[in-house]
Amino acid sequence: MAGGSTEDVHGSVLVQPTLKLGLWVLLAVVTSLFALFISAYAMRMKLGDWNPLPEPGLLWLNTGVLILTSAVMEWTRAAANRGQKDGVRTGLFAAGVLTVAFLAGQLVVWQQLHASGYFLGANPANDFFYVLTALHGLHLLGGLVAWGRTTAGVQRGVALGAARLSVGLCALYWHYLLLVWLVLFALLLST
Amino acid sequence: MVVAIVLILLIVGSVLFHLLSPWYFTPIASNWTTIDDTISITFWVTGIVFVAVNLFMAWAVIRYRYRKDRRAEYEPENKKLEWWLTGLTTVGIVAMLAPGLYVWAKFVDVPDDAPVVEAVGQQWHWSYRFPGKDGVLGTVDARYVSDKNPFGMNPDDPNGRDDILISSQELHLPIGKPVKMLLRSKDVLHNFTVAQFRVKMDLVPGLVTYIWLTPTRAGKFDLLCQELCGIGHFAMRGSVVVEEEAAFQAWLSRHPTFAQTSAQAAGDAAAGKPLYAACAACHGAQGEGTPALHAPKLSGQGDWYLKRQLKYYKQGARGTHDKDVFGKVMVPMAATLVDDAAIDNVAAYIKTLPDRPAPATVKGNASNGKQRYVTCGACHGADGRGVQAMNAPGLAGMSDWYLVTQLKNYKQGIRGTHPQDQYGVQMALMAAILRDDQAVNDLVAYINTLR
Amino acid sequence: MSYVAHDASAFAPPAEVREVELYHPKTWLGKYVFSQDAKVIAIQYAITAISIGVVALVFSWLIRLQLGFPNTFSFIDPSNYLQFVTQHGMIMVIYLLTALFLGAFGNYLIPLMIGARDMVFPYVNMLSYWVYLVAVLLLVASFFVPGGATGAGWTLYPPQAILQGTPGESWGIILMLVSLAVFIIGFTMGGLNYVVTVLQARTRGMTLMRLPLTVWGIFMATILALLAFPALFVSAIMMILDRTLGTSFFMPAIVSMGQKLEYAGGSPVLFQHLFWFFGHPEVYIVALPAFGIVSDLLSVHARKNIFGYRMMVWAIVAIGGLSFIVWAHHMYVSGMNPYFGFFFATTTLIIAVPTAIKVYNWVLTLWRGNIHLNVPMLFAIGFIFTFINGGLTGLFLGNVTVDVPLSDTMFVVAHFHMVMAIAPVLAVFGAIYHWYPKITGRMLDDTLGKVHFWFTFVGSYAIYYPMHYLGFLGVPRRYYAIGGTDFIPESVQSMNAGITIAALIVGAAQMVFFYNLVRSYFKGKPSGGNPWEATTLEWQTPHTPPTHGNFGRELPVVYRWAYDFSVPGAPQDFIPQNVPPPEAATGARDRA
Repeated sequence: MAGGSTEDVHGSVLVQPTLKLGLWVLLAVVTSLFALFISAYAMRMKLGDWNPLPEPGLLWLNTGVLILTSAVMEWTRAAANRGQKDGVRTGLFAAGVLTVAFLAGQLVVWQQLHASGYFLGANPANDFFYVLTALHGLHLLGGLVAWGRTTAGVQRGVALGAARLSVGLCALYWHYLLLVWLVLFALLLST
Repeated sequence: MVVAIVLILLIVGSVLFHLLSPWYFTPIASNWTTIDDTISITFWVTGIVFVAVNLFMAWAVIRYRYRKDRRAEYEPENKKLEWWLTGLTTVGIVAMLAPGLYVWAKFVDVPDDAPVVEAVGQQWHWSYRFPGKDGVLGTVDARYVSDKNPFGMNPDDPNGRDDILISSQELHLPIGKPVKMLLRSKDVLHNFTVAQFRVKMDLVPGLVTYIWLTPTRAGKFDLLCQELCGIGHFAMRGSVVVEEEAAFQAWLSRHPTFAQTSAQAAGDAAAGKPLYAACAACHGAQGEGTPALHAPKLSGQGDWYLKRQLKYYKQGARGTHDKDVFGKVMVPMAATLVDDAAIDNVAAYIKTLPDRPAPATVKGNASNGKQRYVTCGACHGADGRGVQAMNAPGLAGMSDWYLVTQLKNYKQGIRGTHPQDQYGVQMALMAAILRDDQAVNDLVAYINTLR
Repeated sequence: MSYVAHDASAFAPPAEVREVELYHPKTWLGKYVFSQDAKVIAIQYAITAISIGVVALVFSWLIRLQLGFPNTFSFIDPSNYLQFVTQHGMIMVIYLLTALFLGAFGNYLIPLMIGARDMVFPYVNMLSYWVYLVAVLLLVASFFVPGGATGAGWTLYPPQAILQGTPGESWGIILMLVSLAVFIIGFTMGGLNYVVTVLQARTRGMTLMRLPLTVWGIFMATILALLAFPALFVSAIMMILDRTLGTSFFMPAIVSMGQKLEYAGGSPVLFQHLFWFFGHPEVYIVALPAFGIVSDLLSVHARKNIFGYRMMVWAIVAIGGLSFIVWAHHMYVSGMNPYFGFFFATTTLIIAVPTAIKVYNWVLTLWRGNIHLNVPMLFAIGFIFTFINGGLTGLFLGNVTVDVPLSDTMFVVAHFHMVMAIAPVLAVFGAIYHWYPKITGRMLDDTLGKVHFWFTFVGSYAIYYPMHYLGFLGVPRRYYAIGGTDFIPESVQSMNAGITIAALIVGAAQMVFFYNLVRSYFKGKPSGGNPWEATTLEWQTPHTPPTHGNFGRELPVVYRWAYDFSVPGAPQDFIPQNVPPPEAATGARDRA
């Protein structure tokens, strides 16, 4: 039986800043969302009319960009922890640019697929591809809002502690979305 | 204190209600008596718990009601008691679950010798298919469905040639033989439910589901759709007749195979023309109808509908009700058409007549009627042209006074009550929505705007 | 001393919670409209949820009028009958009960009961309410679009939900799905708050195993909702795409009304799996807060500790966990692989064990208590009785073999109304009579409360108990009219008429309640801070109603569990959670 004494509970939970715990809970919800989409994908795939669509080479490049973004975010977090304000600024800027590049890349992939006749509604494989990439992209866009606030804060020169926290949260969110993307990409490649 | 007494009264009342209730399971008509047994077991276990726990609560409320001079006991937990209760509950659960799973194992295990019968559901009627001599149902697909091929039979599948098609809401089954019902839907979810059989299952478009049973009691049983399937859900009624093998075989042999229905020649309009002479006396040379003779307009009406009505008149499914004064006139007239071919021919001739809208004679508030027509439009089409797939005849541009008469007939049970009038039952349920003559007139006035 | 609580380590570690920086509203708008105070947000949630709930109540009357007196009311046709049925269910389950238990009770009670000044993310909390309001307005808007609201049943099963032949298939269904998606986004904002607040903002000494069961119920329900609502979100998105862009997630090849549609290959059963993966936990999202609230009402008003607290907590956790692996018991006759029946019948009946334990413990809490039969206690007893009935009929429907003949009949309607409509609503009423004094500083009128209780409790039983027997007979649900069937006797019509009359009376009795709410707000007897002599922290606030920040200058420190009633040797029959054990009493603050 867990939980009798106060230290356990407070000791183990309160080391997390509240915002960070909030983000973890949010990530749990998002995980549930993607997991359910993936189970729907798996169930729908078995129904016979599934025509896998080709994976444009650009997806590999986009994946590379996203990995790079995550790495830059991690570097920025380290810079924040070391207290290097310039590093944080540069890192955030680079991560933002890379994220936009990734999203643009995804849009180009859509265009390529559309141009070669893989329309929405033509086959469930297409439908899932568009829906899953759109959902992932929307989550990144949401992340960009947080990124914008963090960047603005750093420009205004907020206290290092606060900047450290929000940069850390951004990094966590980007890593998480990279993980989601890798799972989705693996799913698309394997089917 | 009052609450305890009320609780006790509710407990006693509930038990008495259960014992005295005239509303309970219908007498079973299939092999699934084991399902009834699991229900009895569940009743005993849950009934005992219901009475025991609630009586204990009522007693506790009386015994431990507030008194100024007393204090409650301080007893945070009682491990032993809690484990005992958990244990007892588990025993009760197992007592219900084990027989339940045992019976379910039988449900999923269809006897090898059970022949298959297919029930096809669509908004909002039933039809059925038997595999014919080869015992194998032909393949079907939505893309083959048409007015000529409502079952969607694959024309190239040799297994389907001898399939027997029952385009009727009534299914017959032989008594005492297991049968595997395959369930298929053309449009939305439906559910094949005969209360007396106990087993039921959804019809799911894109899938073929099944149940199996052995009918054990002869009789005619209501077949209800029990999965919400739209506006007409409550009117989606069929029936299952359980009878001796010989009667069943005779019934089956009266229905055509797929090969026969597809070979059926289209009606010959030229051959129908002389036959129509008898009709023209009342319905007019152009089929335009003669209100003075109570003869409705025929031109523009779906030939499939005219054929069905002519057959009903011949079989006595229509025009036999005492109060159906003008329907009775049609009976001897329909009898002059000697066979199905004659009916086909005359219908084919009527199809060639020009369709000019009948004059509007009924006065009513069309905008009130529009609201009511939403329900009608679900089958007859928003434009009132009729939809063969729905068995719904055209209304727009037809004789409006005739629509009024017929709606009233449906409301009063003059039409739509004969057991052989397959789709009239639906109209009887639907016409009941029109509360009074004004509602009927409003509706028909709206239909008049659709021409 | 002997009256140290049974779990009480007298130890209260130093606060690790930093004092929350409170948002201080400067304008009237900021204080009462765009407020970030959880208590105000709670009231906003409650008023919105109850208002839309009244609309759903009126729908239920219309349904009953048609069933009780068919062919009498010309304004009820088959198409708007289905719209009433659908919207009644949808509003009651999601927009009323979920919003009320989590949005209203969660917001009001969590911070007060755990000794926090507010939710941890007040701004997001405020947004949560406004997004919820948008969802409600979208839902209401769907009544007025061409074709009206959807009438696909609250389960919104495709294909019929988006095909002609179902009311509201053009605009109604789209607005419905969008409204649900918006609701889920709004709820997630609130839900994050409830979970993180319970985990992070508990005051000193408030261990998880000292939380009142109300907080446990709401906490666990929120976790369920956070993880389950995404399933509804996913299915809503996919159905919107099927409807608007012609994808075939759920849509197989279909010949609708003689027309071949463009769809192919999709699976309606896939939707049902997703829907019920949300839908079953939803039952517990409504039930668990009710469980928690009733536990606290019983304990306070029976002046006795809740029996088997640990067992109660673990039962809540177990029910929450199990609720994710029982969903397909709603689908025994859906055409899914019938072999699933073995698994889901077993898991479903297992969940009955922790549920039964809860019932036993409630009844055992009354046993050897000193029971005040006041209005909250009456509602709590009414809840137990109703819940036992609804829980036991759940054993019929959970056990696959027994379910088959009963599925899709009025038995199902009777069962789920007992278990997730009447029982939770009785808990809500009990809770309102219990906490109203804290929220307003005035007591609700006792006589009116009793009138309200008797009509509601006995009336609801009269509605739903006989209805089970219609189900045994085989009367289907969602039927506009029964018409002529051989196996349904005429007497069924009389019973339906009787049920309708009972339903109208119960509905009218709610007006007594609303009158009481308004009248007592102005003229009720002043309550003081702790009229029920309860132990939990919300009753120990320095002001009633609690002011912004809840606890004045200093947060309370918790020394004991929430159930120290009638402790032997103690001077009073209750010891609030923030009263230190005697040996530490020197440092204790006075209770206000």
